Amino acid sequence: MSRTFLGMPATAPRGVGNLRGDEPFPQAARKALGDDQLRRNLGHATTTIRRKSGSVVAELPDWQELRAAGSALKAATMARLPELLEQLEAKVTAAGGVVHWAADAHEANRIVTDLVRATGHDRVIKVKSMATQEIGLNEALEAAGIAPVETDLAELIVQLGHDKPSHILVPAIHRNRAEIREIFLRAMPGVDPALTDDPATLAAAARRYLRETFLSTKVAVSGANFAVAETGTLAVLESEGNGRMCLTLPDTLITVMGIEKVVPAWRDLEVFLQLLPRASTGERMNPYTSMWTGVTPGDGPQNFHLVLLDNGRTAVLADEVGRQALHCIRCSACLNVCPVYERTGGHAYGSVYPGPIGAVLSPQLTGVADNASLPYASSLCGACFDACPVKIDIPSILVHLRNQAPHPRSERMAMAAAAYTMDRPALYARAQHAAKLTRRVTHLPPPLNGWTASRDLPDPPPETFRDWWAAR
Amino acid sequence: MRIALFVTCLADTLFPAAAKATVRLLERLGHEVTFPADQTCCGQMHINTGYQRDALALVRRHVRTFAAYEAVVAPSGSCVGSVRHQHAMVARAAGDASLAARAEDVASRTYELSELLVDVLGVGDVGAWYPHRVTYHPTCHSLRMLRVGDKPLRLLRHVRGLELVDLPAAEQCCGFGGTFALKNAATSTAMLADKMRHVMETGAEVCTAGDSSCLMHIGGGLSRMDAGVRTVHLAEILAATEEA
Repeated sequence: MSRTFLGMPATAPRGVGNLRGDEPFPQAARKALGDDQLRRNLGHATTTIRRKSGSVVAELPDWQELRAAGSALKAATMARLPELLEQLEAKVTAAGGVVHWAADAHEANRIVTDLVRATGHDRVIKVKSMATQEIGLNEALEAAGIAPVETDLAELIVQLGHDKPSHILVPAIHRNRAEIREIFLRAMPGVDPALTDDPATLAAAARRYLRETFLSTKVAVSGANFAVAETGTLAVLESEGNGRMCLTLPDTLITVMGIEKVVPAWRDLEVFLQLLPRASTGERMNPYTSMWTGVTPGDGPQNFHLVLLDNGRTAVLADEVGRQALHCIRCSACLNVCPVYERTGGHAYGSVYPGPIGAVLSPQLTGVADNASLPYASSLCGACFDACPVKIDIPSILVHLRNQAPHPRSERMAMAAAAYTMDRPALYARAQHAAKLTRRVTHLPPPLNGWTASRDLPDPPPETFRDWWAAR
Repeated sequence: MRIALFVTCLADTLFPAAAKATVRLLERLGHEVTFPADQTCCGQMHINTGYQRDALALVRRHVRTFAAYEAVVAPSGSCVGSVRHQHAMVARAAGDASLAARAEDVASRTYELSELLVDVLGVGDVGAWYPHRVTYHPTCHSLRMLRVGDKPLRLLRHVRGLELVDLPAAEQCCGFGGTFALKNAATSTAMLADKMRHVMETGAEVCTAGDSSCLMHIGGGLSRMDAGVRTVHLAEILAATEEA
């Protein structure tokens, strides 16, 4: 058999989508840390979700077994991804759907835009979807004169506020209700000018606006949480019922799905439908779980298109250590337990995927050089690994990616010198003495001033341990 | 039991009191402690900052230095975590399967202090006396890499005179994270501020932990604030007696 080497799989292209930030994490984080309102909103929200999820996770006696099952299912899926995707394509096609393959964000945006254009409509309703945020689909549709309307309440808040999502599950987590009221008053068509910031009133205002839109829009765009290869069934999990509207009312449904979302068999959902709601929203059972298989004559959308998106995922799959980031089911448990995320918020990560999973996924999708500061946006405390319902070893991937990241020249030299010294005990002991003789300093030069800005250095001890031991 | 001390470069250089206390404590309990002088640093800083190639020589040195001992103890959860979870990985990444196997072997006999005391030596009450109000910070790596659980607390509860007070949000990281404290100094400081607030809420005189690194961070912040709370390594408390 002859083989042709096609080169390494491509990473997500530049100039499209939302995987790269404008500035490195430390700078963006410093700005976020200065925003007291943001820190209060985030602290309050993450603490609440953490508590809720923690209690429903704790009540399951077999949670650890479920995690292990979820992890094993994902690993088995990734091991035969091409075969499963082809099976999915065959089943969806047989059920009356049309499957499109998109190598990257450009291709996916073009496919969706062309499909919408072909319907003759200029407005689409959207179900909350990370994949379409990732590729910048809304921007692409708008450029083509098509108006996308986000129907998830939080995504709507973000869209009306000309803002960016800052959390995978709760994209407007950085906003409080007073800010939401202002956004609605400013940007929501037909809003009651007497709107208050009572949460139920705000939700009712969004409902009135969205109902009109649901009933008058003929094309919907969604993502997918899962796709079952053996049946060709797509699944979307959501809490508000807006997704159910989008998935059932329009004539045409276009689903954009990352290729890693496929699962082999229907029964595999048994595991993930237990893991996802408990880990993400802290619910025992997901409120609205919509599943569909191709087209059902006379019921629901009569045109169904599935766009399978790579956009760097095959490149991630090629990395033995990093590939487990593809196991992510977008629950955001890692964000909610992360001490870094809790203080900086999602925007600091510069990508639609923030928090610990973003710090390992974004640099892999784009290539580490394009997101070089993200693998360092963690104290490696490990809380994310413990919280992950599919046991992604995020700290190990972070360490792995740091090893691939470009390093500053001065740091490279300092690290090489330290390693050289530490591999020579006599030289090492002399270096210790040099440190010991240093008088107490209170302010160090960059980059060590990062320490002395807020922390004292320890007093150098009169003798090192090895001196004491030698003199014993 | 003959126990080799893996002192850690940080304790050796800046916090020898923690290492001396480890020696005194184990000797008091009737064990022989040796200090293999060829040891320097386990390489964790290099590994966690993205310099696995530089770390390889340090891993090789560490494995060679401790290969002959039936038990190795360190007054640090983080350094033991690196030995247990990273050394073989670094060796394997460098294509050295034999080093990886030897690293795993050494790792299987390497213990953080509370693990050695409780799991290996079967001690609960080490006979210590420490008449102070103390709060305990479970360091991230001892908690989540080593799973020491409540072993340090069980040891502290037996210390005579010691009043143990719970630390609120104890399991949240103090923000140290090695070079994270420099590379993301502002975020690290924000995490430290919350940790210090919780420590001060306890009204403790002493904040203890099993890692000198985290204590250096918390202690550096408390000292800058003149908070009046000292940081003391767990080994020093367990080594303290009425006589000394």
